Amino acid sequence: MIPAKFDYKPAQSKEEALSLLAEYGDEAKLLAGGHSLLPLMKLRLATPEVLIDIGAMEDLSYIQDKGDVVAIGALTKHRQVEQSDILKEHIPLLAHTASHVGDPQVRNRGTIGGSLCHGDPASDLPAAILATRATLVISGPSGERKVESDAFFTDFWETEVKEDELLTEIIVPKHTGESWAYQKFNRRAQDWAIVGCALQAGDNPGIGMVNMGSTPVRAVDAENALKSGGSSKEVCELADSGLTPPTDIHGNESYRRDLAKVLLQRALES
Amino acid sequence: MSYPTSININGNAYHKSVDPRTLLVHFIREECGLTGTHIGCDTSNCGACTVLLDGNAVKSCTVLAVQANNHEITTVEGLANDDGSFTPVQEGFRQEHGLQCGYCTPGMLMAATALLDEIPNPSEQEIRENLEGNLCRCTGYEMIVRSVQWAAQNPDGIPVQIGESS
Repeated sequence: MIPAKFDYKPAQSKEEALSLLAEYGDEAKLLAGGHSLLPLMKLRLATPEVLIDIGAMEDLSYIQDKGDVVAIGALTKHRQVEQSDILKEHIPLLAHTASHVGDPQVRNRGTIGGSLCHGDPASDLPAAILATRATLVISGPSGERKVESDAFFTDFWETEVKEDELLTEIIVPKHTGESWAYQKFNRRAQDWAIVGCALQAGDNPGIGMVNMGSTPVRAVDAENALKSGGSSKEVCELADSGLTPPTDIHGNESYRRDLAKVLLQRALES
Repeated sequence: MSYPTSININGNAYHKSVDPRTLLVHFIREECGLTGTHIGCDTSNCGACTVLLDGNAVKSCTVLAVQANNHEITTVEGLANDDGSFTPVQEGFRQEHGLQCGYCTPGMLMAATALLDEIPNPSEQEIRENLEGNLCRCTGYEMIVRSVQWAAQNPDGIPVQIGESS
């Protein structure tokens, strides 16, 4: 399988990428690691006329300790997130979740920004980004703007990042010493999650769910129950509250609702 | 539109002008004639096309050749020494019968090589987790795991000539 024809434009800097986006608009797609986009292009589900390759922009690949938060460059690869000592210490949920993305080869190429911008409800990392209450920094022609992770995922495979914009940084609050868990239920090692559950405990607990709606979603009712000291049983019963999980060949809606409760229980007990 | 692409493969520089949609695995096999790297599923699942890109294992069916422009690739042809002697990983697959049909083997060898570069003495669990991106339909993985363990235990390998019986 080979992608449809496109023009290839490598960008060496953020400014160059934005200028190319301004020039080509909705004809163009950004290429980072390519592990979400290239499979879609090979299946001809995506047929961009112009591919702007930002993969070589070293200045967007970093993990920096900034006091109360950790700043992660959008082009940081899953493997670097997984192995980062800063993240293992302060946001272990994120490092651990990254270690569950695809397989080692995928993690060597795929980037955190690419995964988030793909906006797939079946992806692992968006759930951790939601649970940890991260903020996303988006650059565009009129400068930078910040979007809370809650508002980032707008529809199936759709995010707040507009055609002329670029996700540049993910700012994640530290959760040092707080308990956390990521539960992923799949049939085979490298499969997508049928349902996944990212739990970040703390004063303001976060629960991000995988494959429980048309976007990555938070289990807000369960979070509130957890925050107000509800029992484990009460919290788990609300794992699917307000969510609309899909039915597909891997499981129907009611199966996913049940799985969400079981996985949240496992997360709370781990 | 073609794009000038320079990739160093196994120490040799290849300069080609390619259609940007050319996949790295097609560049390696068809432009450079290095057919040791196999195409299996073509969907980044099976790992038969695994090569090293700047030392890291990647699936070359899911990388564009232009993305590897000015980078270094190692394929299975780049493993054995000039005198034909095997690397410990190759020798391990030979000693422990880590292959039957051989289709997945180039990818397995590259993934195992990357693993041992990073973790010289992996546990069985670490071997299994690090080879999760490579599918084998013959061996049931037991012999592949043993092959990698053999390589870890014999970092100097055993120098044998290809074709020599043992």
